[in-house]
Amino acid sequence: MEISEIAIKAIYAIIVVSVLMGFCSYAVLAERKISSWIQGRVGPNRTTLPFVGSIPVVGKFLTRLGVFQPVADGLKFLFKEDVTPGHVNKFYFTMAPIMALIPALTTVVVVPFGYYTNAAGEVVTLVLTDLNVAMLFLLAVSSLGVYGVVLGGWSSNSKYPFLGGIRASAQMISYELAMGISILPVFMWVNAPGSEGSLSLVDVVNSQGGGLWYAMWMPASFLIFVVCIFAETNRLPFDMAESETELVSGFHTEYSSFKFGLFFVGEYAHMLVGSAVVAILFLGGWHPLPFATWADFGVSGWLVGVLSVGTLIAKLCGFMFFFMWIRWTLPRFRYDQVMRIGWQMLLPASIANLIVYTFIIYFLERP
Amino acid sequence: MAIVVKRKPLNLLEKLYIPEIARGLMVTFRRMFFGETVTMEYPEQRPPIPVGYRGVPTLVKDPEGREKCVSCQLCEFVCPPKAIRITPGEIPEGSDYRHVEKGPKEFDIDMLRCIYCGMCQEVCPEEAIWLQNQYSMSGYSRAEMVNNKAKLYELGGTLPDEHFKWKKKKEAAEHGGGHH
Ligand code: SF4
Ligand code: SF4
Repeated sequence: MEISEIAIKAIYAIIVVSVLMGFCSYAVLAERKISSWIQGRVGPNRTTLPFVGSIPVVGKFLTRLGVFQPVADGLKFLFKEDVTPGHVNKFYFTMAPIMALIPALTTVVVVPFGYYTNAAGEVVTLVLTDLNVAMLFLLAVSSLGVYGVVLGGWSSNSKYPFLGGIRASAQMISYELAMGISILPVFMWVNAPGSEGSLSLVDVVNSQGGGLWYAMWMPASFLIFVVCIFAETNRLPFDMAESETELVSGFHTEYSSFKFGLFFVGEYAHMLVGSAVVAILFLGGWHPLPFATWADFGVSGWLVGVLSVGTLIAKLCGFMFFFMWIRWTLPRFRYDQVMRIGWQMLLPASIANLIVYTFIIYFLERP
Repeated sequence: MAIVVKRKPLNLLEKLYIPEIARGLMVTFRRMFFGETVTMEYPEQRPPIPVGYRGVPTLVKDPEGREKCVSCQLCEFVCPPKAIRITPGEIPEGSDYRHVEKGPKEFDIDMLRCIYCGMCQEVCPEEAIWLQNQYSMSGYSRAEMVNNKAKLYELGGTLPDEHFKWKKKKEAAEHGGGHH
């Protein structure tokens, strides 16, 4: 690899990570706003910046919308007193939030986010690394995020965080299986006999171009995957690791200010990557409509780059909205129910789904 | 009469759970876009205060502008958390109200102690102390939370008075007769 290539990749990486972080803070704002709208509240609407806030109409509107809130939140996280309890091992206690954030930021490496056609008319995919085993990488690394949670819970050296950590690990195990199995049909379909085998996410998106999206013709896989994503990211109704009512916010009970902020950002980064993966695997990635690609609309060059990235981001935002919408609709499950759903319903369902699609694909693809 | 709500067994669709989730989602979605906001934005909007609300205890003057309190110290005595401190004083020589027995020299109510019980208002023979509808008291120091006499009168203002007890007493003393 040449130096220039490495430099380009490095710049890409910085851009991707900063965009992801930016999205995280605004996802928090979106969450707060959407919660408030669903509950008939107003939500953050006071924070204002000196000059921007005093522009006649726009400034007032932006303040009402709370768009400056993330800045205030960030500052607050930075400057609040950082309490480290005296009875913990400082090293592990500090490591935990970092370990929760790193996997979430790592997974974004293999997530493709668009494409453009260069001067020669070739299609270039915008992705940091088009890994051949991207899906495996993603599953493996994103489940590492639970180490941060478990470590945080354990090193806090107090009971509720400990229970939260244990729950997180048990939950991760029981949903990872169903999740892995539920996406097998997709990859069986992508890897048609005779083609070169690949678990790359880019190939999945390309195979959905000009055809049905996988959410449409594999709805069961889609549903199971979505439920598992909810459990994997510790979102309601599966936020057993931090449920306020039983565990006083679980694994991060003992954390404050910046370390808590890292956990927080990690969770949202996890959600964002999860939404991106759902969009890529099941919702057609950067293709605008089923049975249509941007090429069918006659756009090419850099324009298609903008449009495809925009499409993916729109789908991602849509799914993030779904995350928040579900949060204010479904009540939290009890822990035994979580386990029952994972082992007794989702796992058998995903296996049955796999078998059914094995036969369907076999008959469809039989020469 | 007790109303017994029958618990229907779930039908198949409901047991599948997914359609019910979809229905729930519709409810919250409608709430989000068509529901109205019910928040009261506090410092700008204030709730209506019901009549007879017991807010911060204040001292009031009568329509003549005389302070009604005669520093009998009943309120100080009755106040359960001992929030009130009164230093009684004489009415100054030459005042129009020499006929009134006494007046408070100092009158402090420590709002960090007050429990808004309203006992002081109940016990006051002069109707001088009133719990009015001021409900937000805040300050940056303990000293700031002690309302002194000037502050108490400023908060209390003037209330209508029907009796003018001391005026009638004075008239009775000057002209004789009457049992006031
Ligand atoms: S406020 Fe009323 S009860 Fe208290 S000292 Fe004055 S007259 Fe007496
Ligand atoms: S309201 Fe109750 S606590 Fe407060 S000053 Fe009056 S008697 Fe004391």
